[in-house]
Amino acid sequence: MGSLNSRKRLEANRERRLNLDTAAIIQSIKDRFPGAVAEQTPGWVTINKENLIDVARFLKDGPSEFSSLHCLTAVDRKETVEVVYHFYSFKQRIMLTVKVILPNADLVIDSLTPLWGAADWLEREVYDLFGVRFQNHHDLRRIMNPDSWTDHPLRKDFKMAGFIPRPVK
Amino acid sequence: MELQELIINMGPQHPSTHGVLYLQLKLNGEVVLDCQPHIGYLHRSIEKIAENRSLTQFIAFTDRLDYMASMNNNLGFCLAAEKLLGITAPPRAQYIRVIVAELNRIASHLLAISTFAQDLGAYATPLFYALRDREKILQIFDQLCGQRLTYNYLRVGGVSGDIPVGVDLLIKDFISYERRMLAEYQDLLTGNIIFCVRSKKIGILPKELAINYGVTGTSLRASGVKWDLRKDEPYLAYDKFDFNIPTGQNGDSFDRYYVRMVEMEESLKIIEQALGALPEGDPVAKVNKVFRPTGETYMRTENPRGELGFYIVGDGNPFPYRLKVRSPSFSNLSVISHLVKGLNISDLVCVLGSLDIVMGEIDR
Repeated sequence: MGSLNSRKRLEANRERRLNLDTAAIIQSIKDRFPGAVAEQTPGWVTINKENLIDVARFLKDGPSEFSSLHCLTAVDRKETVEVVYHFYSFKQRIMLTVKVILPNADLVIDSLTPLWGAADWLEREVYDLFGVRFQNHHDLRRIMNPDSWTDHPLRKDFKMAGFIPRPVK
Repeated sequence: MELQELIINMGPQHPSTHGVLYLQLKLNGEVVLDCQPHIGYLHRSIEKIAENRSLTQFIAFTDRLDYMASMNNNLGFCLAAEKLLGITAPPRAQYIRVIVAELNRIASHLLAISTFAQDLGAYATPLFYALRDREKILQIFDQLCGQRLTYNYLRVGGVSGDIPVGVDLLIKDFISYERRMLAEYQDLLTGNIIFCVRSKKIGILPKELAINYGVTGTSLRASGVKWDLRKDEPYLAYDKFDFNIPTGQNGDSFDRYYVRMVEMEESLKIIEQALGALPEGDPVAKVNKVFRPTGETYMRTENPRGELGFYIVGDGNPFPYRLKVRSPSFSNLSVISHLVKGLNISDLVCVLGSLDIVMGEIDR
């Protein structure tokens, strides 16, 4: 299958180019906001929560034009909660994954609703399921669960009454 | 006459809301001043369920997200899992996946346009025609995997079974039949003056607003953005096929309908090419029985309703540590309060129908 190999090579080339471009964007964040980037891997970048709104504004209005907030979610790491943003730039065709790590004691982060309308419902969802509070969100209500609900079901310490997962051998 | 604001509840049980959607409307007479959607009536916490299921077990749950396009959901999840595990499906499996995904796209669009026409008052006729054609696709899937709605057909690393003898002929028959029928629908709906007047210039979605709200799929293309993951970030074998990306100009309800209409013809083209060039070989790669994913990945595919994304985080256990479903209808619906201000209630129904939402993947 010659065509399949050449396609694999094309994909590998594309991957390499994307990694280079992503590295350049991360470098531009570092130049603009020294100390904002806490950790950097080939797949994502972790930034401090104080810098989030400035970095996001720079990504949106800056040269790379990340015009779309594609996805917003969170991962409960027991001690901390990671809020994960996927920004997409139609101009450069790059997806940038930005993470912000919040300690369990202080689950407060700036809202991105002033920049992207998509953040409205996505942040409400993360608030509902993880209990992360988004500052300056104009309408931070629960979205899936009833308003009277008090728990946050996607947290790892959420008790599912009577459910025992079947072991996988 | 004295103006009086009235707040009424539309849904959650309402025939025009396409599921259990509850819209809180602020009205002045028949004019909508504000529209506040409330969702969550179908929330099954599928993301939490995923944390207690292996990757293979979870494929059956993706069927229940967007139940009008189960094959496409299977595909999105399998591709995400394969990206995380570093598996490539064999060429035959990739072509079979393309065929079933495009067939399901046609089935989904048929239902979308016919229920949209029914919302506009074209009572029963388009719906019966479309359901008759959709039935043919469901029969093909029935022969293929024994199911008519929730297929659970794709596997991580391929598909669960090869195309049985005779099904390729069924698909070929369907292509020539559907080409004829699509021309008929163009006459029936696109050529219908009442249909056009009811849907043109209603619910205009500007390009910038669509991108800002994360609107994807046919609704984004109707606003004039030529963006389709099958073309722009090709997965499977989509880069080998010749097809066009239809776009609209005005971003109104009619454009959203018309883009779907043309897209079905393009899907027929893709199926024809894929069926003609179906490679020989195994339909599934040799993979482990139990996957232990590590690391994280994000993969998105072009569903009939937009871009479906799966974000999977693994920690070395058979169960994923976290699984997020980025559903297209969720983002597409979030823009509705901007589209309906100043319209009549009957036009609100038109806008909602043209956005083509499925509550199963909004509430998850």
